Amino acid sequence: MLDHILSILIFFPALAGVFGFMIQKDSVRAYGLAVATVEFALSLWLWFAFDSNVSGMQFMEQLPLIPAFGINYTLGVDGISLFIIILAAFFTMIGIASLPETKDVKNMIISLLFLQMTMIGVFAALDAIVFYIFWELSLVPMLYIIGAWGGPLRVYASVKFFLYTFAGSLVMLVGMLFMAYFYFQATGVWSFAILEWYRLILPESFQLWLFAAFFVGFAIKVPMFPFHTWLPYAHGQAPTIGSVILAAILLKMGTYAFIRFSLPMFPDASVFFMFPIAILAIIMIIYTAMVAYAQEDIKQVVAYSSVSHMGVIILGTFALNVEGISGSVFLMIAHGVVSGALFLLVGVIYDRRHTKMMNQFGGLAHVMPRYATIFGLMLMASVGMPLTINFVGEFLSLLGFYQQSHVLTILAGTAIVVGAIYMLAAYKKMFFGNVTIEENRNLPDVNKRELLALIPLSIITVWLGVYPNPVLAPINNSVESIVQLMHDKSITEEAKSRIPNLIKGIEITRTSIEEAH
Amino acid sequence: MLEPINVSMESLNLMTLAPMLIPIVGALVILVIDMIKGGLDRSLYVVLSLLFLFMDFSTLIEAAGVFAKDGSVMGVFDVMLIDGLAILSQFIIVGASMLFIPLALSHTRFHEFSYPEFFALFLFMISGFQFMVATDNLILIFVGLETSSLALYTLIAMHNRDKSFEAAVKYFTMGALAAGLYSFGAMVFYALTGSVEIGKIAAVLAANGYADLAYVLVAVVFMLASFAFKLSLVPFHTWAPDVYEGASAAMAGYMSIVPKIAAFVVAMRLFEFLIHSGVVWLEIVLYIFVIVTMTAANMWALVQTDVKRMLAYSSVSHAGFVMAAILIGTTQSNSALFLYWVLFSFTNLGSFSMLWISRQKHLPAHQSSDHSYDKFAGMIKTSPMAASIMGLFMLSLAGIPPFALFWGKLYLISSAVTSGYTVLALIMALNSAIAGYYYVKLIVYMFMKEPVVGNDGHMYVANATMSLRTIIGLAAIGTIFAVIAINPLLEFITTFVYNSGY
Repeated sequence: MLDHILSILIFFPALAGVFGFMIQKDSVRAYGLAVATVEFALSLWLWFAFDSNVSGMQFMEQLPLIPAFGINYTLGVDGISLFIIILAAFFTMIGIASLPETKDVKNMIISLLFLQMTMIGVFAALDAIVFYIFWELSLVPMLYIIGAWGGPLRVYASVKFFLYTFAGSLVMLVGMLFMAYFYFQATGVWSFAILEWYRLILPESFQLWLFAAFFVGFAIKVPMFPFHTWLPYAHGQAPTIGSVILAAILLKMGTYAFIRFSLPMFPDASVFFMFPIAILAIIMIIYTAMVAYAQEDIKQVVAYSSVSHMGVIILGTFALNVEGISGSVFLMIAHGVVSGALFLLVGVIYDRRHTKMMNQFGGLAHVMPRYATIFGLMLMASVGMPLTINFVGEFLSLLGFYQQSHVLTILAGTAIVVGAIYMLAAYKKMFFGNVTIEENRNLPDVNKRELLALIPLSIITVWLGVYPNPVLAPINNSVESIVQLMHDKSITEEAKSRIPNLIKGIEITRTSIEEAH
Repeated sequence: MLEPINVSMESLNLMTLAPMLIPIVGALVILVIDMIKGGLDRSLYVVLSLLFLFMDFSTLIEAAGVFAKDGSVMGVFDVMLIDGLAILSQFIIVGASMLFIPLALSHTRFHEFSYPEFFALFLFMISGFQFMVATDNLILIFVGLETSSLALYTLIAMHNRDKSFEAAVKYFTMGALAAGLYSFGAMVFYALTGSVEIGKIAAVLAANGYADLAYVLVAVVFMLASFAFKLSLVPFHTWAPDVYEGASAAMAGYMSIVPKIAAFVVAMRLFEFLIHSGVVWLEIVLYIFVIVTMTAANMWALVQTDVKRMLAYSSVSHAGFVMAAILIGTTQSNSALFLYWVLFSFTNLGSFSMLWISRQKHLPAHQSSDHSYDKFAGMIKTSPMAASIMGLFMLSLAGIPPFALFWGKLYLISSAVTSGYTVLALIMALNSAIAGYYYVKLIVYMFMKEPVVGNDGHMYVANATMSLRTIIGLAAIGTIFAVIAINPLLEFITTFVYNSGY
């Protein structure tokens, strides 16, 4: 069974979703929760069976899909994708568990199960076309979730989300076709296997163009600074569960894809574009932090702060060394946990008051002490307080980038610290002071169902903040092999010097390539 | 005294005519039956047509076997040319027709009158298309074109609505113009080379090194205009939306597939050698045609308020997209054309059939046209199954993987990439993104809006019968599981296209 555990992880929720149509309306919530729990247990089993000492791909599966055109159904996980898969399973589970009463709950749960299939598929795929299939397919359930359960502007928000991402990924698809064609020219066979593409050394000019094509697709998904305009709408209009999944998992597809595709395939282009992208990332951190400060709506504050922290992930990724990339992968997990939790918390208050305007609150700490405590913890984690999960990732990302540029790192570091202001200001507006609005006086505190979701998240936030090693070690292992691969593949002098050489990684990379056959 | 003409039957190779003769015989049989005993039920004619089409299909399978063994076959004084292209396109023509015919068994009356004539004309039309693709003789192409077109005009008019008459007359006028342009172009080619066979024309032109380039260009202009009419390329597309709107939904779906593949094959035979011979002008003109057709038709589709007109413009845009394959002109792109069209045929026929089963005889007050977007509002609440299937077809048309049409797009864009048409590949990709909007718009209406008060969902399936459901089910299953069929299909198509020398 372990041989096919990735396929099981991908298609179990989809199959369950299909069968879900037969379930009676009132019982479907229990069904969804059961399926998601089984799925989460399977993902934990995957972690248990995962060998942290191996840096290459594990649990590989291969099945010819369109051999005439080099498309194979290839799956595998390494330390980078493993924890995002677990995170996806985890968030689907607690998302369904904490789902408030909504209309058409059956359609919602079936959509979530299909969405889970696509999320896990993206992170497990080792064939570019299979990756692309899941990447695009993930838009469809999300379109429906935002468009059917969202706020007043939901149709606009969902269509904007769909078209923006769809346009970007089509450019990426052209890039993939070029990559396959270059591989065809070099070897005489068509292949879309990512591990095969890793072996291809391209001239720098090709790398630059291909990097740009992939960049458009990934940057829109992240979303990076000039392409971020769809995200506030999507978050603002989406139902709580939509925002949680979007922030926790879907945005990570972009940053993950940078590490899976752009860096190892185009090392020279990565070095070439390192500073422009770093500057974009810093603009993203500072600008969205400023925008967040100006928001009246608590959900928008969380949304913009989420974009702001995605900037740190990008910065860490483009440090192009082990500390930076490991930090950014860890920060992906951390950001998923923390911003997912913040969106859940916003959902809690929205269910009670049906407003997200901060001026409608105030003094909530008196009324809802448990809520205020958990919110406070998550907020501290979000601004990167030491001993919380975000700190580890942010620190490592900045540490990594410090080796490339001192000035930019200091700028980014300051921006993160300043970023604490808007979060604390928002917290002050909502929780401190006296209760000014009569309706807030008798709000019930968080109930059991919500605690079911929030307590595990709080535990993870502190646990991985204090002791990150169980997660960080496998990540580090796989990142090392990618950095070594980049160093070996790079052709320009500058790239060789920017990307550190770690001798020990070589053997492992080679064996992982051989396993791919 | 003249020598008696001595032609051995062997050399005539009459078997090459078999696939075309079967539908003709079928049509005659239907007419004879009607003469002997009139007023029979349409189910008889549907099943009879289906039987003859099955027979047609099996002779095609045999022809495919012969081609795989011996290569291209000429017959009947070398007028017939049964090569890979002919076989592949006939598979599409006959296959799509077999999917179409059962749609006539709708709940409400398919046509008000003349059932036997309808099916007889339908079979004549198919044989016309088959003649058109199975020859490289310009005269026989013309005969096939006219046989099929005249039958098709009549079929549209038989829908018996005011709009259908308008559509039929419009289509007839445009078709007549195209036929005129075609014959003029053929005449110039004949004047230049003394032959009406595309192969010989190519050989003669190549031998004299395109000495009379100006005349070649004149001929090409006429031919191009004529095919642009048939393929509804912008700016010769103006008839398409009106004709689609006037024809019944099932017929419109059929028209978006079968006549076009026939025209594509002829265009491929004719333009391929011209592009490769370095008539740069043609390449530029085709390039402009392709880009303008894709983009402009997409823009028009964006602003439509009626789903059927939207699908009409989207079919125009798809035709432009596929025309890129002829512009690129490599084996890969020509294979991509056939792959695309196979996948497009059942996806598009499926989506038009969904409109067909929701046909209304009398429009409610709030609707301006039969298939306005409003009609589909909140469909997921009232008939979830139909809404999901319609949504599936829309996603497939938009090119969302892993549904059918994505693989066609993938391979076609890949062929552009492979031949160095980078800009074209990007434009094709971005056009798919634009097209995404209007397909998603229907999904938005179906899944995210509230249904109109008093709509119990019955009207979405008012016209449905078992046979219609079967066809739609087949199309839906094909759309979802296309990925399994791509590899054998691709290998089959590539072998056939390659062995025909394209």
